[in-house]
This record gives sequence, structure tokens and C-alpha cells, in this order.
Amino acid sequence: MRNNYFLKTTAACVLFAATSFAGTDDTFLLRGVTVHPVTSAVIDNTSVLVRDGKIAEIGAKIVAPKGMKVIEGKGLHVYPGMIDSGTNLGLSEISSIRESVDTGEIGVFNPQLRAEVAINAASEHFPVVRANGITTVITLPSGGGRRGFGGGGGEDSPMITGQGALIHLDGWTWEEMDVRRMAAMQLEFPQIRTVPARFAALAIDAGINIPGGGGTQAAKRTFDAQVKKLNLFFEDARRYQKAKIAGTVGSHPDLKFEAMIPVLEGKVPLAVSADREKNILEAVKWAELQKVKIVLMNAKEFGNSLATLKEKNIPVILGPTLALPEYDDDPYDQAFTRPSEVFKAGVKFAFGSFNNEFVRNLPYQASTAVAFGLPYDEALKAVTINAAEIWGVSDQYGSIEKGKWADLMITDGDPLETRTQIKQLFIKGKAVDLGNKHQRLYEKYLARP
Amino acid sequence: MTLRTLKQRLLITAFAAAAATNLLAEVTVIQNGTIITITKGTFKGSVVIKDGKVVEVGEKVMVPPGATIIDAGGQFVMPGIIDCHSHIAGEGNINEGSVSVSSMVDIKDIINPEDIAIYRALAGGVTSANILHGSANSIGGRTVVIKTRWGVERAKDLLFEGATPGIKFALGENPKRAGNVQQQGGGAPARPARYPATRMGVEDVIREAFNDAKAYQADWKEYNAKVAKGERVAPPRKDLKLEALVEVLENKRFVHAHCYRADEILMLIRVADDYGFKIRTFQHVLEGYKVAKEIQQHGAGASTFSDWWAYKLEAWDAIPFNAAIMQKKGVLVSLNSDDAELMRRLNTEAAKVVKYGGVSENEALAMVTYNPAKQLGVENRVGSIEPGKDADIVIYDKHPLSNYAKVQKVLIDGKVYFERDKDMSGRSLKDAEKKKLLDKEKADQERQRNEQKKNAPTRRPANAE
Repeated sequence: MRNNYFLKTTAACVLFAATSFAGTDDTFLLRGVTVHPVTSAVIDNTSVLVRDGKIAEIGAKIVAPKGMKVIEGKGLHVYPGMIDSGTNLGLSEISSIRESVDTGEIGVFNPQLRAEVAINAASEHFPVVRANGITTVITLPSGGGRRGFGGGGGEDSPMITGQGALIHLDGWTWEEMDVRRMAAMQLEFPQIRTVPARFAALAIDAGINIPGGGGTQAAKRTFDAQVKKLNLFFEDARRYQKAKIAGTVGSHPDLKFEAMIPVLEGKVPLAVSADREKNILEAVKWAELQKVKIVLMNAKEFGNSLATLKEKNIPVILGPTLALPEYDDDPYDQAFTRPSEVFKAGVKFAFGSFNNEFVRNLPYQASTAVAFGLPYDEALKAVTINAAEIWGVSDQYGSIEKGKWADLMITDGDPLETRTQIKQLFIKGKAVDLGNKHQRLYEKYLARP
Repeated sequence: MTLRTLKQRLLITAFAAAAATNLLAEVTVIQNGTIITITKGTFKGSVVIKDGKVVEVGEKVMVPPGATIIDAGGQFVMPGIIDCHSHIAGEGNINEGSVSVSSMVDIKDIINPEDIAIYRALAGGVTSANILHGSANSIGGRTVVIKTRWGVERAKDLLFEGATPGIKFALGENPKRAGNVQQQGGGAPARPARYPATRMGVEDVIREAFNDAKAYQADWKEYNAKVAKGERVAPPRKDLKLEALVEVLENKRFVHAHCYRADEILMLIRVADDYGFKIRTFQHVLEGYKVAKEIQQHGAGASTFSDWWAYKLEAWDAIPFNAAIMQKKGVLVSLNSDDAELMRRLNTEAAKVVKYGGVSENEALAMVTYNPAKQLGVENRVGSIEPGKDADIVIYDKHPLSNYAKVQKVLIDGKVYFERDKDMSGRSLKDAEKKKLLDKEKADQERQRNEQKKNAPTRRPANAE
């Protein structure tokens, strides 16, 4: 799976001309590159020593030990591989074909479901996405595409949809792709929803009753019932946790409640979908009562909730920056300026695609945010180190630092610019094949007589 | 006041300012910018606009006295973007899906100049768009080209005067969906299936329709010939559905055909060959790269997405190199949006064909300006910055292929229709206006409640709800 494409192209690539293949394939010296560590200042014309897949040293004066593979990267740039914080990659192949989609299980509470075990390691999406410098994604058990992150709906609509996995976009099996098997527990937080949702929301904010409506009251009743149900589930889970500690669970463990224990212990965050100010504040209030750690997913309209998020230290995964404004009379650039507003409020954030077909365009969510006010360095962090921090793996991933895994992309320029080419990608120090279905069809049909 | 009218009032008041910025001066000069003409090179220089038309473009130009100056120092000046596939500005549903052939319906009849998507597209540098019918039928409704003249009151003022009208055709999954009835949501009764349900049926529907159109055309020819000879005969019955197809046969109406797979693209080319008409553009045409040779030989244009794929089976072999391959094989290629959001950043869609397939930067930008203009038959009016052409111009703060570029100003017919600075500075005013309207509505409701209380009987009957 690895290397074939690399080997094929190396011969033709002057920049890698000094490559020699002695030594193991995850040990090498990358020479003459500009390093963008993300967590510290850019270092021009330096070298990176990777040993056994980890970054061993960074510095201009490193000399390759005898026999070590040397990669000449003069004029090229090295960045940490990018991380997408909201996808269904591997769970969904063609979003309109039910048989190829494994998101969205039946049932209200499914904490025992593991996204990871349903990840098709041979999915055509992985090579396509990684070709643009994305090494890692979180794959969530529900949402994305048509089955929508954010949910909402009736009293019996799903709430806890399962465990999201942080995965590398390379590996023969899902086990080999594993970065953090249970990176998050997904919760579709109940929402006050009426039809038409947009006007109802506007009306609620303004304290206006919808003429002939009555929908808001019904929606509030559904919301209350859902929250009650959610609280009862947590109560039961806590009782189970206590019984477990007391050793009174017996010989028949409950798989749902077992799966909740890391959440109750604060070891795994809840990835909570809540998109608007009121819902966000309700979710935050609820999380505080339940004493659980949350990450806010795909929030769109923060209103006055940002100060609260900052105060409670709750990170946010921003949904697509490349989106239309919420309401007709919102500023045309509302979604473009949102990351900048979240940054200014001091809230930690990362980006998620929330749509499988466009995961490779993750960096352009970030650059559009830069065009509309977000400092460049913050945009870069939002697709690297911030994501690693939010998903609890920043000790090993997310930046170019001594001791971290060598998840690296080598580019001919700024990776947030569309025109930039990704020249090479390493996951845990191993060169990853940049070829994919699209490249293959390109070559095949370009050659059609 | 209903919320809908409230919404409309908000929009009208909020954007009245934008409409009022139209310059009164007859001559405008855009100075000191990097002028990307598309057809005549890129250079630091100026554009002189008179009465809505470009009259001079060059490194050094004479600035007529009294001219309005737009300083584009450090900025990039490009022809306005043309989106060859859009559904904005359509009021309500743009899909008359009840019949297999709906060539009697016309998008022109439902153009809504108040659709906020027009303003948003404008703010993304779009000055013209091909507004299409939906893709539910093998032969869909008639289409129309508009300019994004936000602020005009009448729908007809949005229309691109003189542009050849079009008609939407659709192949593949969408038109056959009506024949493969799926369970509808919410317990709604299943709709009866209608022909066609297969790609074979889609071909047949188109052939049958042109069969009828040819006969209809012959009937009228015969009638006209008789009338010319002075015979008194009854005219054939007018058929609005077939009239549009006769226009296609007579090259008076362009066919824009929604398609995905190579087989269906080739099928339509052969049908068109048989009936003696041309496909003006294949739309989406995601497998166009597989039959680029045949598309080129037919002389059709191709208007595609930059990198959409995998959202349905017929998009499974879609590749971001599609535009590059077709262009290399001699097809006239444009990039379109089909989406009110994507429409706002077709400039960076163009950057994707530089990335995937190595199309030159100028050719990539041509794919969202000059090429779609040619496909729509309006290249003598728009699509490049040249003397004699409409002054439809967009000014960016950075190179338009950069993801960091923002549209600063947009001119149509020489008038400024979008200015980022004005949009920004007008926002507080707009917010205040919105608050005032909401407060008024709240007060009205409060008053109504009080009146109801006052008028209510003091004792309600026992069986009241």
C-alpha cells in the first residue's frame, strides 16, 4: 500500500534525487527544508531527522549517520499532517447509496457502537483525501452527508450515537489505522425545532409568537422530554458505574453502560452537536450539571455563547466555513468570518468538513477564514495542533516537535492555498502513496487515443 | 405583518443602499490595478469605461476630465465571473417533474429579483449566470441568462438582453428517478411511477419528442408555404412544448444537458446527430473526460464541477482532472457551481484545475469568465476586458486564484453593484433597522393580546377547551 507511488515518482523528481534506500523505511534525514513546526516559529533551511517513525531532531547541522536514507528537500516546506475533526470517512462510500453507508444506527442511546470497527480500510476516499496532506481524521458514527450532523427531531430521535475514532488515513486494516479508538462519544443534543426552523428560531430569539403556530410550545415539550430521557440514561449509567466499583454488577455486564464509564470518568469527551446560541447554552448547562467534558460540534450561530464557552474552556469544532449565511438578512460573509470571531473570543477551535466528499478541501476552510480576518498561524493550528489537543493526542501528534510521531507533509508552498502541491506525505515516518483512484483514471483517460 | 413580509421588508430596506450607489458619471476609470483581461494578457494598467462599455484598456490611458476614478492600486481587475449553471433567483420550485418532457415551462417566468442569493453571488464576483430548470425530466424547462443586477425592481431588468435562450435536458439518475418510485417520507403516499425508469427510456423520451417536433415543424412549413401561395388554410394547433424543440432544431435555443456518465453523453450526441441539432453544453459532465474526443467532435462545450465526487453512483468515477483532460482534448470547458454557496467562489474553483491537471492560470480563469461566455453565446458582450464589451468587472484585493482573495468591488454595465466597504459600513444601520422592526412587531402583538383580553367574556362556558 505504501511507497509504490513514491518509488515510481522519485526517479523523475530532482528534489528527491539524493534519496538512497538504505536503512528502515521510517528512518531518514530530510535535508534543506523549511520547517513549519506550528507550535513555534518557522525554521528556514534546516533538516529533520526521523528515527523509527518519530522526530528525533531538527537542526541545520544534523549529519546523517552512515547508511541512513537522505531526502533532499531544497525549496520545499514541511508541515505537520492535517487533521479533520468531523467526518464519516470509512463509514460512508457513496452517500446516496444506503448499502454503502454505515452511519446512523437505530436507537436513542448507543454508546456501545464503535465507528472504528465499521471503517472500510480499503475505501477509495482515504487515498483521495490524504493526497491533499490530510493524515488524520475523526470518524463519527452519525451525521455527515444526508444523515446530517445536528439531528434534532422527535422524541425518539437518536441522541448518543456511538464512539468516534481518530484514525490515520493509511493501514491495511482499521486496527492499523488506529490513533485513538475512542476519541469521543457522539451526542446529538436535543434541539428546539419547529417548522420552519429558521423563522421559528428567529421568532424565539425575538420573543415573537408565530401567528397560528403553537409549534414552539410543542417543540419545547419535545425538547424537555428528550433532556429528561437523557438525564435518566446518565443517572442509570452512574448507578452502573457505582455498582461496578462496588463489585455488584455480577456476571452480566451491560455493554451500553460499560461504554459510558470513560465518559463519566472524564477520560473521553462528548462530541456534542448544538448549532445555535440557545442550544449551545442549554448543552453547556447540561454538561455542567452532568459534570462531563464536551466538545461542541458544527456550531453555527454562537450569539452570546462565546464568552461562556471561553469561561468553561469548551473547545469547538467549526463546521464548514464555506457555507451560506444562516438567515437571509445575515451578512454575506457570516460563515467566512465566524472562525475569526471564535478566535477573538479566546475559544479553542479546530475545523471539520462534516461532509465526506469534500474532506480533501479542509485546508480551504481555513484559508477562507484567513481572508476574512483569522490570523494565518491560527488557521494552521486549527487543522493541526488544536485538533490534536482537542482529541487528546497532542503529546504525540499535531506539530513538528522532537519526540512526536513524524506525520509530515512536504509541499511546494502554503498548504492552505489551493494551487500548492503536496509532494510527499509521511505517516509515522513512513512514506504514504499519494496515488489514488482519481490519479489512476486521469492517467488512463489522458492516454486514450 | 407576517414573518415573511417582515423578512422582505428587512431585505429591501437593508439593501436599498446598494442600489443607490450606481454612479451617475458616464465615464469611470479603474486605475493602477493588475488587469487580467483573459484574452489580451495581464498587465499593470487601467480600464476606461464609458456608458457602461469598456472603451480603452492599457498600461497608459487618457483619463477624461470629470471621470470617476476607482483606484485599484495593489488590486486585481478581472472580467466578472459567469456561472454557466445556477438555480438562484428562481421563485419556488425550479423542477416541473410531473412529466417527462416539460419544454413548455420557462424559468424566465419565475425570476425573483429579490432573492438574496443574487446579492451573495454578486459579492462573490459573479456578474452573469445561466439560470436552469431542474433535472427531473429528460427534456426540462426553458432556461434564461441573467446579470446579477441586485436592486432592480423588475425581474425583466435582470435578464441578459439579447442572450440566446436555452433549454435544460437531463440524463441519468435524476430523470429516471421518477420511474423508480421510492417510499416518500412522513407516510406520504407513493407517487405513481412515470416513464422513463432507465437510461434506455431517457433516450427514447428524447427521440419521441424530437420525432414529434420534426412533424410539427413540417406541418408549419407546409402551412406557411400554402399561405405564401395565397391558399386559405387553417393553421396547425400551436404546441408550446414542441415550439421550444423546433427552436432547438433551428438553432435558436441552446441545449444545456445535465449528464454524468460517458454512455449517456455519447447517447445524446448520437441522438442530436440523428435529428440534426447541436448540444450547446454538457452540464456537470463528470465523465466527460472519458468521451472528450466525441464531445469535441460534436462541437459541444462542457461545464463541469471542479472536484465533486462520490455523492451518488453516477459521480463515482468523477475526478478533479476532468476539466483539464477535456481542455487538453480540445473541448471548450467552463466551471460552474449549481449551488448558491459555491457560486460565490468560482475563482478558487478555477485554482483547482491549476492544481489538478496543470491548466495554466489564465486558462483556468477563462473557465469561469470567457469560456462560459462563449458557451452561452455572449462572448461578444462579456467574459473578457476588451474595448467594446460590457463593463462587467470584478476587483479583488489579491490574485483571484488565491484562497486569500476577497472581492472588493463588482461593476455591471459600468455601474458599481457591490462594494465591500459599503456593505461593511452599512451593517450597523441594517441591524438597527432590523431591531426597530422586531420591536414594532413585538409591541403590535402585545397590543393585540391586551385587546383580546379586554374583549374576552369574563366567564367562559364550562365546556371550553
